[in-house]
Amino acid sequence: MIIRGRVWKYGDNVNTDVIFPGKYTYTIQDPAEMARHALEDLDPSFAANVQPGDIVVGGRNWGCGSSREQAVTALKKAGVGAIVAVSFARIYYRNAINNALPAIICPEAAEALQHGETAEIDMTAGRIHCAAGMFSFPPLPEAVLGIFEAGGLLAYVRKQLGEEA
Amino acid sequence: MGATFVQKVLARAAGREHAEVGEVLDVRPDRILSHDNTAAIIAKWRTLGQSRLPNPERLAITLDHAAPPPTVRHAQNHAVIRAFVAEHGIRHFFEVGRGICHQVLSEEALVLPGDVILGADSHTVHFGWLGAFGAGVGRSEVAALWALGRIWLRVPPTIRFELRGRLAPDVSAKDLALHIIGRFGADGGLYRAVEFGGDGLATLSLDDRMTLANMMAEFGVKNAYLPPDEQVFDWLANRLAQRQGISPAEASERIATRALYPDPHATYEAVHVIHLGDVEPLVACPHTVDNVVPISHVAGRRIHMAFLGTCTNGRLSDLATAARIVRGKRIAPGVRFLVIPASSEVLHAALEAGYIADLVAAGATIGTPGCGPCMGNHLGVLAPGEVCISSANRNFRGRMGTPDAEIYLASPAVVAASALAGVITRPTDQLTAEQ
Repeated sequence: MIIRGRVWKYGDNVNTDVIFPGKYTYTIQDPAEMARHALEDLDPSFAANVQPGDIVVGGRNWGCGSSREQAVTALKKAGVGAIVAVSFARIYYRNAINNALPAIICPEAAEALQHGETAEIDMTAGRIHCAAGMFSFPPLPEAVLGIFEAGGLLAYVRKQLGEEA
Repeated sequence: MGATFVQKVLARAAGREHAEVGEVLDVRPDRILSHDNTAAIIAKWRTLGQSRLPNPERLAITLDHAAPPPTVRHAQNHAVIRAFVAEHGIRHFFEVGRGICHQVLSEEALVLPGDVILGADSHTVHFGWLGAFGAGVGRSEVAALWALGRIWLRVPPTIRFELRGRLAPDVSAKDLALHIIGRFGADGGLYRAVEFGGDGLATLSLDDRMTLANMMAEFGVKNAYLPPDEQVFDWLANRLAQRQGISPAEASERIATRALYPDPHATYEAVHVIHLGDVEPLVACPHTVDNVVPISHVAGRRIHMAFLGTCTNGRLSDLATAARIVRGKRIAPGVRFLVIPASSEVLHAALEAGYIADLVAAGATIGTPGCGPCMGNHLGVLAPGEVCISSANRNFRGRMGTPDAEIYLASPAVVAASALAGVITRPTDQLTAEQ
C-alpha cells in the first residue's frame, strides 16, 4: 500500500481536545460531521484544506488526553492517509489501529518531514520518502496486524464471531 | 525472577501463570465501563450482528458526562442508552445525578482489588487507587469487549515511585501528582505501568489515593497501582457486603483474597524516591498538564471562575477543605465559584456535614453530581478571554468550551483560596489559621 500526500506538521503533546473538541463528543456521531471539526482548535485551516492521502506529522505523545475515538475517526474521514509521530499516546495508538489508520512511530521521519512538502509512505516496505531522504519503520506487531488488515477492529470481530458461530 | 503487579494481574486475567513484559495477552476484564458514550458504542456493537449481549452483568454504565442533558441531542443520547439498558437487563446502570463513573463504581464496590477494568474513558486508571488494573480503551474496543469478552493487551514495563515521609498541611495528593508530571513530563509514563509504594503511602487518605491514581492518566500511563491496605479493605467491605447481602467479615475476606501485590524482587524500568515533605503547592499552567510551576510563580493572576469538582478532586475531603477555607467569608466580586460533588453520596455527606451550607453561604454555586464543565459540554463553560482555576485534570486549549480561555490546575485548597481572593492564591494562611 502506498500513501502519498502533503504534510501537515504539528508539535509535541497534541491532545485529543484540539484534534476533536470535547464539546462535540456526545452529539456528533456522523464521521463526515466529525471530519468538519478535525483539528479545529489547533489549526482552523486544516479541515477545509486537507486532501485525501495527506500525512499528519506530530512530535512526542500525539493524541494524549481523552480516549475519544473520534480524534481518529475525524482525521480518517477527513482523508488523512497516515500519521507519523515521534510517539503516540497509547489509547490513540490503539484507536488508530482499530480504525485501520496507519499510526507510524518514526522519530527520524517526524523530525525530517517538512510542513507542506509532498511525501510518500510505502506501508508494505515500511519506508517513508521525503525531500530529506528515506526513513524506515518497523512493521506492526503480529498480534495487531490482523486487525489492521481486516480494515479495523469491528470488521475483525465480525470475522471472529463468524468463525466461532 | 519476581513479577510486578501488572504482570500478575494481566496474567491472571488471561488465565496464565505468569506473563513477561512485552508479551501480548488475550485479557478478559472483570468489568467494562462506559458512560454517555454508550450510545455511540451501541451503534458500533449493533454492526457486529449479535442480538443479545453475552455478559450484561460485566457492564457498568453511568450517565455523567453531559448530565443533566444540556440539549435535546444529549437527551436523545441518554434515551437510547436507557432503552438498551432495559432491553438487555443491564443491572449496573447509574442515572443522571448519581455521579462520575470512577467515583460511583468505587462506591458501589463494582471494582475490587486485583480486578481488571477496561473503560471507554481515559481516567479508568483511577481504579489503581484500590489495587485494581484500570485502563482506558476506545469505543470500538468496548463494543468488541461486549461481544467477545476479551481483548489484546501488551504487558508494559513498570516505573516505581517510593513515597517517603508525609505531605505538608497545605499540600495535597494533587500537588504530588503535578510534581511527578511536571518533573518527568506528560509522556514520562507513556506505555508504562506505575506502581506506588513506600512508607509514605499509608499517610495518604483514601481520597488522596484516588486523586493520585486518577491523575496518572496525564502522565501517559497504561495503569497505576497503589497496594491496597486494611483501610481500603474496610472501605470496600461494607459496600460489597451491602450490595451482595453478605457479612462485612465475609466481604473483607473475599476482597483480601483477590488482592495482588508485586514481588519484592520484581524488575522495574526505573525506581524513583519521592520525599513527600519536599512537595510544595503547584499549579499546571495553560495549556499542558506538565507546564507545572510553584504557586508563587502565578500567585496574583486574576481569575473569573474557580471550579471544584471532577473525578480528580470532587470528593468529600475536597469539599471539606474548601468549606473550611471559605467558612464565614465571601468569594471575590466578579468570580463564580462552581462546586460539583463527584457523586450523590459525596453530596449527601457534604450536606450532612454542613459543608454545602458553608460553601453556599460564601457564594458558591452547587451543580449536579457528574463531570460538569470539565470537558466543555455544559454546566459552566468559559467565555473567550476568561481564566479558570480548576481542581480538574486537564487544561488543554479549548477543553472548557473555547480555545481562547485559560485553565490553571491546582489542589482544592488553592481553588477555594483563589475564589475568595479573586486571584490565584496560596492557601497557607487560611489553613494554618484553623489548625
